[in-house]
Amino acid sequence: MALQLLEPVLAPADERAARRSLLDQIAKLEGELAQLFCTAFPRTGFEWGVGSRGGPRLLSLGELERVRDELAERLQDNRSTLSERTWQEEQKRCLVEEMLLEPEEHRWERISNAEIGEPGCKHWHVRPRYGLIGMLVGWWRVVISSGCPLAKGRGQSAAAR
Amino acid sequence: MSFELELSRGWIGADLAAEFPDLALLQVSMEARPGKTPPPVKERLREMSNRFTGGKAVQVRQQAVPWAYRVFFRQIGIDPDERRTPVEAAALERMRAGAFQSTNLLDDALLIAIVETGVPVLAFDRDRVQGEVGLRVAQAGEQAPYPLRGGEIVTADEAGPLSVLFGEPNPDRGVTPATERMLLAAVQVKGVPDVSVEEALWTVTETLGAGA
Repeated sequence: MALQLLEPVLAPADERAARRSLLDQIAKLEGELAQLFCTAFPRTGFEWGVGSRGGPRLLSLGELERVRDELAERLQDNRSTLSERTWQEEQKRCLVEEMLLEPEEHRWERISNAEIGEPGCKHWHVRPRYGLIGMLVGWWRVVISSGCPLAKGRGQSAAAR
Repeated sequence: MSFELELSRGWIGADLAAEFPDLALLQVSMEARPGKTPPPVKERLREMSNRFTGGKAVQVRQQAVPWAYRVFFRQIGIDPDERRTPVEAAALERMRAGAFQSTNLLDDALLIAIVETGVPVLAFDRDRVQGEVGLRVAQAGEQAPYPLRGGEIVTADEAGPLSVLFGEPNPDRGVTPATERMLLAAVQVKGVPDVSVEEALWTVTETLGAGA
């Protein structure tokens, strides 16, 4: 039987304990990274990948350590990016509130959903009422856009467009 | 439809078992032919598509079973963000295509099992498999179906590799239009309960049975 020809390559007991510990650490870090991914969604600009090691195969102790280290590094980078991003988003949310209270103080200011970490294409824009007349007399207001453009259909009328 | 599955556990190579003590390969054989997808299965895919929303696709990696496969991918040197785990690949394709697309009875049955349980199931032609099936580390020069460098984790029988783990089966071992008996195998990793694996195999056999 071909199977009997295969010599199992078993790690020594002390190395096995180290490997078991690294595998557990990778599992824990992967869980935290998955959680962070869901928290960060739909924000973009994050790097989630951790280099492949040409699997599926048994990794050496050094390779397991590198996977663990890269996961930890990726987790730390993305956590600090998310923290920074959420702080900026909070500032923008406050700005939207101020725009709504005193539009004349924030002329032409424009905040999009992406800037406050929300999905969709909505944006708040401080614009003059009645165009040029509003600009001259200082009638300013916040215009909230109606969202994303409609998707085109697949029918003939869409094709004609 | 109600029946008991005669599940068996495949062997695991000594080095793999030492590294991953919870790794298992559950399998079942059944009389089944590939073919066109019957309307009830297509309807099931449609219902699944309606239930599987964008929000759910994003959350997939946080669910216990898909997360367990992500972890296993990492541990065996695959980046799951580069080469997706089967359930994440199915979720991504659902988002891209707008629905779970029906292809043929076997692939649809495997897709339903993955989406419903998170457990990937492999299918082979039972009559082209020799002896017991299991998981082991490949030797250099073995074919699966391309020549292997050695060290890859493969599903194998007594004659040689059937497929690289989570890869496409060897064309001469996989299911073809001439197949009359299938061997269905599910890889169980740490964190995946027995009941999920059994349900995955049961889902595939039930769906294939619906097309008989």
